[in-house]
Formats: sequence, C-alpha cells, structure tokens
Amino acid sequence: MLNKTFNKIYDTDIGYSFFNSKIAMISSAVLFIIFLCSIFAGVVSPYNPFDPASVSLMDAFTPPSWSEGGSPSFILGTDQQGRDMFSTIIYGSRISLIVGFASILFAMILGVFLGVTAGYIGGRYEIIVMRVTDVQLTIPSILMALLVNGIAKSVISQSMHSEMAIYVLIFAIGISEWPQFARVSRASTLVEKNKEYVSASRIIGLSNVLIMFKHILPNILRPLLVIATIGLALAIITESTLSFLGVGVPPTTPSLGTLIRFGNSFLFSGEWWITFFPAIFLIVLALSINLLGDWMRDALNPKLKIR
Amino acid sequence: MSLLKVKNLNISYPTRKETIVASKDVEFTLERGEILGIVGESGSGKSTIANAIINLIDPPGEITSGSIKIDNDELRDNEELIQEIRGKKIGFVFQDPQTSLNPLFKIKDQLIETIQTHLNLDYQDALKKSIQLLEEVGIDNAEKRIEDYPHQFSGGMRQRVVIALAISCEPDLIIADEPTTALDVSIQHQILELLKDLTKKRNLGVMIITHDMGVIAETTDKVIVMRHGLIVEQGDTKELLTNPKSNEARSLVISVPPTNKKIDRFKLISPDGKEITSDSKNLTKNIIKTWGARENTNQKLLELSGVTKIFDDKSLVSNFSFGSKNETAAKVVKAVDNVSFELFEGETLGLVGESGSGKSTIAKIITGLVRPTNGEIFYNNLSLYNSKRKYQIDKSRGQVQMIFQDPYSSLNPRFKVRDIISEPIRLFQKNISSSELTKNLYDLIDIVGMSRQSLDRYPHEFSGGQRQRISIARALATRPRLLICDEPTSALDVSIQAQVLNLLKDIQDELHLAMLFISHDLPVIRQMCNRIVVLKNGIVCETKESEELFNNPEHPYTQELIRLMPKIESII
Amino acid sequence: MIVVAFVSFSLFNFVGDPVNSMTGIDASYERQAEVREILGLNDPVYIQFSRFLGNVVQGDFGISYQLKREVSDLIAERMPATLELVFVSALLAIVIGVILGVYTGIHRDSFVSNVILVVSLAGVSLPTFIIGIMLIYLFSVILGVLPSFGRGEVVQLGFWATGFLTVSGLKALILPSVTLSLFQMTYVIRLVRAEMMEILQTDYIKFARARGIKKNAINYKHALKNGLIPVITITGINIGTLIAFSIITETVFQWPGMGLLFINAVYFVDIPIMSAYMIMVAFIFVMINFIVDITYYFIDPRIRLKEEAS
Repeated sequence: MLNKTFNKIYDTDIGYSFFNSKIAMISSAVLFIIFLCSIFAGVVSPYNPFDPASVSLMDAFTPPSWSEGGSPSFILGTDQQGRDMFSTIIYGSRISLIVGFASILFAMILGVFLGVTAGYIGGRYEIIVMRVTDVQLTIPSILMALLVNGIAKSVISQSMHSEMAIYVLIFAIGISEWPQFARVSRASTLVEKNKEYVSASRIIGLSNVLIMFKHILPNILRPLLVIATIGLALAIITESTLSFLGVGVPPTTPSLGTLIRFGNSFLFSGEWWITFFPAIFLIVLALSINLLGDWMRDALNPKLKIR
Repeated sequence: MSLLKVKNLNISYPTRKETIVASKDVEFTLERGEILGIVGESGSGKSTIANAIINLIDPPGEITSGSIKIDNDELRDNEELIQEIRGKKIGFVFQDPQTSLNPLFKIKDQLIETIQTHLNLDYQDALKKSIQLLEEVGIDNAEKRIEDYPHQFSGGMRQRVVIALAISCEPDLIIADEPTTALDVSIQHQILELLKDLTKKRNLGVMIITHDMGVIAETTDKVIVMRHGLIVEQGDTKELLTNPKSNEARSLVISVPPTNKKIDRFKLISPDGKEITSDSKNLTKNIIKTWGARENTNQKLLELSGVTKIFDDKSLVSNFSFGSKNETAAKVVKAVDNVSFELFEGETLGLVGESGSGKSTIAKIITGLVRPTNGEIFYNNLSLYNSKRKYQIDKSRGQVQMIFQDPYSSLNPRFKVRDIISEPIRLFQKNISSSELTKNLYDLIDIVGMSRQSLDRYPHEFSGGQRQRISIARALATRPRLLICDEPTSALDVSIQAQVLNLLKDIQDELHLAMLFISHDLPVIRQMCNRIVVLKNGIVCETKESEELFNNPEHPYTQELIRLMPKIESII
Repeated sequence: MIVVAFVSFSLFNFVGDPVNSMTGIDASYERQAEVREILGLNDPVYIQFSRFLGNVVQGDFGISYQLKREVSDLIAERMPATLELVFVSALLAIVIGVILGVYTGIHRDSFVSNVILVVSLAGVSLPTFIIGIMLIYLFSVILGVLPSFGRGEVVQLGFWATGFLTVSGLKALILPSVTLSLFQMTYVIRLVRAEMMEILQTDYIKFARARGIKKNAINYKHALKNGLIPVITITGINIGTLIAFSIITETVFQWPGMGLLFINAVYFVDIPIMSAYMIMVAFIFVMINFIVDITYYFIDPRIRLKEEAS
C-alpha cells in the first residue's frame, strides 16, 4: 500500500523533482526534525531552562562539552544565568517557529482574500486595494513591523505588555507581509478570470463567491505556496531581528533572536558560544526553508523546461 | 545539385519517462525557385524539422542521426558553418510576429545589425539597404517607418518586417514556420503573395510549414505530408491533393471543408482507410426521453436590435507621483456598432468576420458577460437587460449556453470531468438525487461520444478534441435551446474539427437546438450554417442565406473575403 | 503622503499622553495644564492637524520628549550618516548584483555560477544583524583591521558632515555598508538571473539567433537591455529597504544615523521622533518612486509612445 502511494507521488512531476533533488530532501528532513523537536520540546530538551528551579547560577558560563572546562551535562554550554544552551535553543526555536507560522498564516489569509476579491470584482474596490498594497510595498517589512509594534506598545498599557507582546508581534509581522500575497493573488486571479471556464460558470449563473473560492482559488495556489515558504523564512528572520533589537518577544519567552541578543554582550569577552549556537541554529532554519522554497519555485514553474 | 538535401533525419526528445521520437528517417530535397510545403497535424514533427535545419531545436531535443546538406555542404556537427549560414544563406520566419521582434530596439537597428553581421557594409550603406528591403516587402513610407519600434506596427506589417529581416542578407533558402497562422485572411493572402513574388524574383528555395491545406494548395509546388514524425507521402502538390494515396493524406484532404458547395456532413476516414459514416443518432434517444420531446416550432428565439458596445480604456486613477505617463488617456473602441439580427428555433446562424469584427463581443453580450452600451436583446420576446443594463439571468436561465474556442482553458484543471458537468445540473436542480445525477451524467457523456470512465479523470488527460466534447456535454447539461459556439474548432486539427462539427450537427438535429455559430473560417461557416451575418469592425455588412451569400455576395467586403480565402479546390 | 502625515499626526496626538512624557509623571496638575495650553492641545482636532501640517512643511517637527531637543536638528545631524551609508550600500548591491546576476543567468550551469548562487542563498537566509556581528567578530576582534563602531573622522561641508574624505571615515564605512548591501545584493542577483533566463527563451532571442547574430551580441546587447528594466523598479524599492535595514546595521555598528535615532525613539516611546522619522522616510520613498517612474518613461519606448496612435 505504501509502495503504491509512493509510486503514485513519484510519478507526478513534483514528486519526481523532489526525490531527485538532494537539496529538497535534505532541507525537508532538517525542517521536519526541527519541527518535531519544537513540538516535543519538553521531551527532547534535557532541561526546561525557564523553570527557575532547574537553573543555578553556579553553572553559568560553562563552555561547550568538548572544550576545556565543559561538562557533559551541558552539551553546548550554558549562558550567563546557567541555563543549558541546547535547551534554550530548542525552546527558542519553538517561539520563532510559532511567531513565524502564525504571522504568515495571518498575512496569507488577509492578503489572499483581498487579492482575489480585488482581482475578480475590479472597479474602484480593486483600485483602492491595489493602491494600499503599492504604498505598503514601498515600506519595507522591518519598518512596518517596527512601526506597528511601536504604536501598539504605546497604546497598550504597561501591564498587558508581556501577555499581548506575542500577539502584537504576530499581527505586526503579518501586516508587513500581506501585500505580497495580495499582489500575487490578484495577478493570478486576473489571469484565471479571463479563462473560459470562469465564463462558463458565469453563464450558468454561479454566484461570484463560489466562482472565486471554489474555481479560481484552487488554481492559484501554486505560486502562493512558493511565496508562503519564502515568506516564512522572511518572517522568522524579521522576528529574530526585532527580538534582537529588543522590540520583539518579551525576554521571558525568548526566541532565537533574543538569545542572540543576550549573548552579544559576551561575544568579545570570550564566551562565544552563547551567541554562536543560537545564531547557527537560526541560520540553518532559515537556510532550509529558503532552499525548500527555491526548489519549490523551480519545480512548480511550468515555464522552465525539463532537463 | 539541390539547394537543400535532407537524408535519414532522426530527432528525439529524451524526457524522464520515455524518449519521444519527433522525426524518423525524414528525407526530402528542395530546389531553387521551388516552394515546398510541409503539412501535418499538431505533433507531426513539421516544426521540429524546420528548426533542425538551422540547429535551433528547443532542448532537450536533439538530432540523433542523419544528414542535412546545403548546396552539398554538410551542416550536421558543423557548428561553425551553421553559425555562418544562419541569416546569410538561410532566412527564417517564425509564426508570431508579435513576439519575434525585440521590443526595445528600433526596426532600423535590428535591420542594420543583421546586415552588418553578415555583409561588409558600412552604416550608411546598410541603412540604405534596409530602407530598400522595407519597400520591397511592401511597407509604405519606409524611410520614416524604419525609425519606429515594433509595437507601432500592426500584425501584418510586423510579419513583413520579419520577412525583410529574413531576406536581408540575400539568403538562398527561406524557411517559414506557420507564417500566416496568426493573421487575418486578407493579410494572409498578401503575405503569401509576397512570398511567391520573392521566390520568383530572387530565385529562392522556400519551405513553408503549415496545417492549412488551403495554403498548401494555393502556394506550394511540392508538398510533404507528415504524421507522428514520419513522412507518409510527398510529391507534386496538385497530384497529391487530387489523388492522395496514403490514408493520412486522404484523411487530411477529405476532412477539409469544401469551399464551393454545401455538404451534409464532413467526411472522415478512420485510421484503416475506410470512410466513417456512423453518427450519434442512437445515443441521443436517452437524452430526448429525459428532456422531453421538442417540436420544431420555428418561432423567433433571439433578437438583437441596434446593439452597440463601446469599450473605453481610461487609465486608472493617478497615484501619488505625477508625470505624463499617468495622464488619463481615454482609448475608445467601438467593438459593436448598431448590430441587429434575428435567430429562429432550429436554425444555425453564422457570425463571420476577421479579428476585431465584434463577433465574440456579441456572444458575450448575449450571455451576459459583457454589458451593451446601447440596444436591446430579446430572448423569447423578453428583454435580457433591464433599464439599468443589468443582465436578467432568470429570463434565459440555462436556455442559452456557450462553448468556447480554447479547449485548454475552458475546463477547470482542478475539477474532475464528472464535477465539471454536474455543476450546472446541480445548480438548476438543487435536490437532485445522486442516482438521477449519475444517470444524467451518463447520458451526457454518451451523447458526446466519450467513455463513461472519462468522468473520473481530469481535463489534462485528454486531447483538445476530447476536451471540446466535454465542453459540449457541460453545455447540454442545462438543456439549452440556444447553443452559442464561439470558434469551437479553430484550435483543433482539421480531422478532429470534422468530427466535432459532425457531432454538433447531429446534436442540433436530434435535440432541435438553435445554434449561433461564430467563426472566421469561411468554409466551415458555409457548411454549418443556414444563414450568415458578415461583420466588419463591429458593423453588419450583409445578412443572407448561406448558399446565396457564397454564390452571390453583394457587399464588397464579403466579396473580398470569399475571393481571398485559401481554397483547396483551386488546384484540383 | 497625506495619508502618512495623517497617521503621523494621529500618533502624535492620540497615542499616549505627550504631556505626561514631557513633563514627567509627577509634575503638578497646573503645570500640565499650562503645557497643554502652550502646545495647543485643547484646540479641536482639525486645527491641530493643520497646524501640524504647517509645521511639518516648515520643517518643524516639534521637540523630542526624551532628548529635549528640536527634532529637526536631530534629524539634520544624523541624516548625512545614514544617507552616505545607504548610498554606498546601494551602489555595491546594484553594481555587483547586476554583474553576478547577468553572469549566472547566461552561464546557467557552470561551477562558478553554482557557487555564486549558494553564497547568495546564504545572503538571503542570514539576518542582517548576524552578518554584522560575524563581520565585526572577524575583522575587528580577530583580525583587528577595521573599526567595529562609529563613523571615524568626519569633515564638515556646510551642514553636511561627510565621512568620505577621511581614511578613517572610509574604513569605518566598509563593514557596515557590506553588511547592509548583502541582503539586497543577493536579491538583485536572483532577480536579474531569473530575468535573463526567461528572456533567453523568448521568441525574439530565438529569431536573433536564427539571423546569425553572434552570441555575445545576443547576450550582452539584446538580452541585457530587456533584462535591466525590472532592475530599475527594484532599485527604487531597494533604496527604501536599505533605509529600513539601516536601522539594524546602525544598531549593530553604533553608526550615528537616523536609524539608531529611530530605534531609540521606539524604545522610549518618543513620539515626535517617531512621527518625524516616518514622514521623512515616506517623503524619500515617494521621491524615489517618482524618479523611478520618470526613468521608466525614458527607457521603455512602449510606455513613451503609448499616447501616439499606432
């Protein structure tokens, strides 16, 4: 049975491309492992670094286990508060992934909805939506996220800050990313709108809503998927940048970016591992997603000839 | 010594699944002063051969064996020689004039560059020669127009420029790949005359690739018929067309709609050479039972009165920046201009015209896809558009249906065939039981001559002709009384076209459908329609019974169209 | 622009209590009322907005809550630093990006191309701040050849303090501009490469080959001209992104530019600086868009001649 499904997938163009691309397979494998670790963080990481009981200042600044002064109980060493680096990285990546996924999901739903409706309905509605998209596209995402974050901070009272911080962050990054979804969905919708199967549905009187979401939407998913993947990488990088700058997730639930910020102060005094390992992890994460997205873009592009 | 001698040419495309043989053991010659036509249906390999001669086959295709000789010089594996010859000894003309020219360079630059690549002329001489060339291909005011960019020329003019480029370095051989397929009939005629002219004047050898038998009949001296990469027959054009020997050639010749008389059904030949005479009459019995019988009442079904459509193309509201690029440039196009006609039950009315005649727009107005600017449309004596110009779909719900030109975009690629056809059924009969639905589906798929297993497949698994059949099944699902056919076979090969048109004829007969048949192809219109409306630039030139129109055209435009259409009978 | 001004204004007005921030939380009630009167906060909204616009047009952005100085002074001080940094980075990104993009587009499968592509991928996956840190670590800490913070010595030309004219100024410019340009450079490389690959498959290129035009002419004349058009649009957006990313770079390198000013403003919720920054940046974006539109007009004959009858 499994063999049969495998053969069926291998037979499709995408399946073939996937199983023949070492890069695609390795990236997906890496990502898969990271996802699993994040979900089962409690099980995978040897310690819970955010449980104050399990952390002791005595263990602070322990270098990685393979270098002088290191200990096997802290594989990658500990940070300035005695937390195990390996565990903090796992928990940190969980936050990074959650924020990344949630914000892209938000951006996608908002962007696709606006893009498809704008492309299909046209008229003034389309003009307005596209103007907003254009204006926002000239503003880089980082700036957008910073602004929204900054505004939100001053609007929400101090006490609510920590609780709301993650939601605000997700909202901020999502708002900064929706225009590209809108733009691509609209362009694809315009192309599909002129195809004759849409005319056929309009002739029999099918409602516009049904046409948009039952007929057109499934046909524009491919390019959206590519953007979503690359956008995910961008979202994760944006989040870590914001956290690094100090305006991202609250320090109580640090993401990889926050960890890098923590370690930055100790870089020049010799405790390089506090910044190094989270940085490496972040790079691997972003790289895998980008590689996967790149492969997807080539595999799903009907214009590139098969070689 | 022949100008071009091709021997044992084998070309294949290795893909991941299998190796596709694009041409096998192809062999032919071409002499100076001769026009050779290569004809075949899509996928026959004719374009590939042309591309192979100058070694420009799209990868991963490659020539696996064979010899190509120009004036006895072997071209294969001689990249240096080929590079020299391209443009200098062999001129190439591609199909689509729209995409053949670099949009960012003036015509002057493109011509001079080509000339200076092969001939030793300085700039002034090259410029003079370029202007001469443009005049030779029939472009007026050449000295001024040479400073223009490609997009400032119309389609026909652009193709002339392309031809000018092809002959610019005095080649001996010209290869033209479907040079007139993208052009209107009148322009097509001019371009073909130009080619014939140049052949005589310059003693060229010309190779024309086409799928249009009429073009072959009127232009070529010799012809090669190809099918699935093999040459099935070749010889003198007149002889081959009057007396085709191979089954494939016979099938091609016989499926071409005659231009000089009206026949009942298109003739078809099955692969083993016998004529197909069966039709779908017995398949329609079930459908007739479900629909309920309809008598031929001959009442007036559709009426258009003074319909006009003006498209204005105002640029969008300007944004923050300002500059002349964003000024509102209103472009006004009168697509349909005061058109009136009537359509009666059971008859087939033809709308014929070239591109820009407004025929497609009229179809869209009738089905509510485009709003008319002026005029009234009546279906069964009820107005289809209310005072606010909004389409009243309930007046004609389901009774007016349409099949479209492009088989590749008329079916949603993500839907199974079964869902495509059942969607309209379910829309009109909301509470239909699943067994009723299945019965309907079976009836419909039977009537269009496809297997019941097709229902569970996806559109991309079918050929163009089969997809059109699925479209027809979908259109019939709502039990229409009027079927609008917008160029339904223009994208299909000539033998498939014959099958689909026969199917339409049968369906119409059995189900008492009225049909509005839209096409630019005059012979097809003659065969399919009882009455014909001739359109030019949105205006009705003439409305007549079809035989009368062809035997006695009154309007000068009609006369010209009939005169210029490529006729296969011209040679027989 | 108006939209941006309005958003700035709303920020200014409705977000948080400016008076509180300015006078300190424990100032007396009378003092607060006094300040409110001076700032004109008791007037209706539309008067405040027009006053705001009037002020902005004259270059008066108010006074920073935190630093207690005229915002316009602060911005004028810091602008040259940011602009010089952005300019150099943009130059690097576009020039190198186009060259490498064209190369990898034409020589699709060569070893060198693949190496370039892999490195470019790294550029996209590495957050700017990590690149910055890594470079600092490598060149300042380990090799000690380049400064890790600050701008070096500057020469005052009128109101513009430039770092171009001093050796230390130029040295200080290297690491930050490389960091800043890397992300953009990789983007440009990929874009140009994709464009070139697509163009090389078009009919008009095929036709040119059929006419016997030499390969080099095709690649570097025909294809390139067409391929550069999207680069122009990208340049416009590029500069915008660079200004934004300069915030990060300035933070990492302690470069005294507008970005650093802004980030601190966000941290301390210093509204006047935030709104002023937004307006300045929006203005620059609009100007750039405008220039891009005009350039398009001159380069693509199809747009230029659209109004003429064909």
